[in-house]
Amino acid sequence: MSKTAAFVRTEQLPPKDPPASDVGPAKWVRENLFNGVSGSILTVLSLLAIYYILASTLPWILNGVWTTDNIRECREVLDGATGACFSVLTERWAQLLYGISYPSEAYWRPTVAFFLLFVAAAPVLFFKLPRALLLFTAIYPFLAYWLIWGGTVWVSIFTALGFVAFYAVYSALVTRTFAGAVAAGVIAAFVTWTIGGYITEAIAPAEPMLEAVPSRDMGGFMLNMILGTVCVSLSLPIGIALALGRQSSMPLIKGISVVFIEFIRGVPLITLLFVANVILGYFFPPETNLDLILRVIIMITMFASAYIAEVIRGGLAALPRGQYEAADSLGLDYAQAMRLIILPQALKISIPGIVNVAVGLFKDTTLVSVISMFDLVGMIRGPILASTDWNGVYWELWLFAALLFFVICYGISQYSQWLERQLATDHR
Amino acid sequence: MTTVTDPQGDGFRLSMLLNDTRYRSLTLQAIAAIVLALAIFYLANNLLQNLRALGLNISYEFLGEPAGYDINQTLIAYNSQSSHLSAALVGALNTLLVAFMACVTATVFGVIAGVLRLSNNWLVSKLMSAYVEAFRNVPVLIWIIIIFTLMTAVMPSPRAYLGEDGQSLILGVMAFTNRGIYIPAPVWNEGSGVVVAVFLASVVGVFAYRRYARNLLYATGRLLPTGWPSLAILFVPAVLAFFVMGQPIGVDLPDPLANRFNLRGGLQIGAPLVALWLALSIYTGAFIAENVRAGIQAVSKGQTEAAASLGLRPGRIMNLVVLPQALRVIVPPLISQYLNITKNSSLAIAVGYADITATLGGITLNQTGRAIECILILMLFYLTISLTISAVLNVYNNAVSLKER
Repeated sequence: MSKTAAFVRTEQLPPKDPPASDVGPAKWVRENLFNGVSGSILTVLSLLAIYYILASTLPWILNGVWTTDNIRECREVLDGATGACFSVLTERWAQLLYGISYPSEAYWRPTVAFFLLFVAAAPVLFFKLPRALLLFTAIYPFLAYWLIWGGTVWVSIFTALGFVAFYAVYSALVTRTFAGAVAAGVIAAFVTWTIGGYITEAIAPAEPMLEAVPSRDMGGFMLNMILGTVCVSLSLPIGIALALGRQSSMPLIKGISVVFIEFIRGVPLITLLFVANVILGYFFPPETNLDLILRVIIMITMFASAYIAEVIRGGLAALPRGQYEAADSLGLDYAQAMRLIILPQALKISIPGIVNVAVGLFKDTTLVSVISMFDLVGMIRGPILASTDWNGVYWELWLFAALLFFVICYGISQYSQWLERQLATDHR
Repeated sequence: MTTVTDPQGDGFRLSMLLNDTRYRSLTLQAIAAIVLALAIFYLANNLLQNLRALGLNISYEFLGEPAGYDINQTLIAYNSQSSHLSAALVGALNTLLVAFMACVTATVFGVIAGVLRLSNNWLVSKLMSAYVEAFRNVPVLIWIIIIFTLMTAVMPSPRAYLGEDGQSLILGVMAFTNRGIYIPAPVWNEGSGVVVAVFLASVVGVFAYRRYARNLLYATGRLLPTGWPSLAILFVPAVLAFFVMGQPIGVDLPDPLANRFNLRGGLQIGAPLVALWLALSIYTGAFIAENVRAGIQAVSKGQTEAAASLGLRPGRIMNLVVLPQALRVIVPPLISQYLNITKNSSLAIAVGYADITATLGGITLNQTGRAIECILILMLFYLTISLTISAVLNVYNNAVSLKER
């Protein structure tokens, strides 16, 4: 037997490496950056755009001056070179964040309130956190009011006690009749507040633990935060009521809700702020003296509640018809069905929409600068740019304002997208 | 709602108003009506008392009085002796002008950014995401002010273009200055009406031709070209008419030599208008980009694959299958973005553009002190626009909604 083949391969050859252009970074670059002629042209154009943006901003930012007292010193330090005067931020940070008149020794109070806001909001935003934390959320509004406005703590305590009284009476009676429970609860709350008012007057110390700060002293970014959080939280219950009203089968209730919602959504916020500024006072008895911030809160709350009502209406409409029918077939009345079956589900699917409304509203709080309130934008346009020290330092200030809003709004919108992914139960 | 199952019993008792579902809604509505009437009475009473105390009344006579202030950007004839009403009208037209211009450009920006954000090109899609996020998450008021500041700071003053040795005009016809943009203005001489009429007729002709081509395709399967014939129908007759009538339409160029202090001639678009226009278009463009992206992604991949398996070419797949379905998702939010542009144009007051909020709600209000009347008219104006746009939206939604049988 002679061998017919000189060599027989006994093992399989290892696969050859793919061509260099088809692996690793080269492949990624070819597929994602230079994919065809038009792709390459777009890439080159984008690179050019990025280069021009960086070339014009980077030296300006990196060469920034952080430690001067006014624009002349800053220009001397720069000595003709390109560079930003970020020292306006280090010198005026307190005005930008808290406004002109907020007492500087009390800056810690709004700051603490700001950070506690995250703790209070956490259990609402993340369902997996222990439900016991909601207790702090319930306490937070009163705590924050006391921290920011100061004065005697008893105002906050009795306001809170009024709500506690409402809840106690309501939950004792709700199993018998919903409307009766609400009415009795409201009466209990008013009784508590009236009694509390007398007691507060009697026992309020002359020197409260926290110095009282009047509303007109609120300013800067703090004012934007106050308006944003207060108006969104107040507009939630009103929005729910309006959404239910719009779905109601009673023509009068439905009519009122539709007219209110469409009217508010049809006019710009700025006209509503004009109303707050010059007209709203006429609608109250002559002796009442609402301060501007309260009037603005009323109008922005009306504005926000119309938009939130539309979002919640979407949530109600998205619930399968079977849920309504199931509630009916269990023999629940309207209030029970809404409270126990419909609203918990409808609100849950509305949360991303509500968050979007909240972001939009928070951005829109800058409009109060048009009616000469000194929020962040108003502070920059007014006292800071008009001062002889910093007249002409536009970019640093506006970029700071833009960055501040961007960080918060981007954070919230990322949360909203995360939540949408969490809530998406269909598999696509 | 609960259905009525109670047995028809003995006559009407008073407790049925509360306990019987048939009557309870009437009771509730009666209560609501009483509360509403009381609230209106309370507010109106306060209003009247306050007005009487201040010696004011509600009257619209001030609208006929001379306004006494100048407006630098007007679409209709206006001077400081014109009435407050015509000042309001100038403002209203200015609002509509900037809203219309911003709607057009915002759509262009939005569609480009939305499509590019879905591009395979990593760099381009990231760049577009950065654009969308940067503009969506910062208040539009800040963007308007930034862009206005940018314009006035970066652009040269009109003087830079003046005189023999000035900077030459861009393309020989335009000038970008910190006071605004100067562009050539058309001059309508005798006979230009004919040219315009011919052009309008050609526009109708293009639609008629396209309709004919489509009907032919559906009826016989024959495909007519639509691209270059449309262009030809659009321009050839108008150009012919232009020369036949002896070139009646001329242009008025901005002239650097006419005046020592400012550019003369041409059409001046003031810096506030340009800044507001750009800011609103770029800002709203970011929102529209998101709508466009969502709309395109909403068309399921199966539709594209089904069309491809029928043998359609990629261009046809886009035009005949994907776009019609995507538009159904894109157009409603797009129209509400147009509404937002109109409402956001009221921020013109921040850069000094004379829209209706700045004339009627600003200067007129401050001069006459007629706050209630001014703001009422202002709200009615915006409300009319909003309701009109919503009506258009409803008509569109009914037209394109899925017809389920």
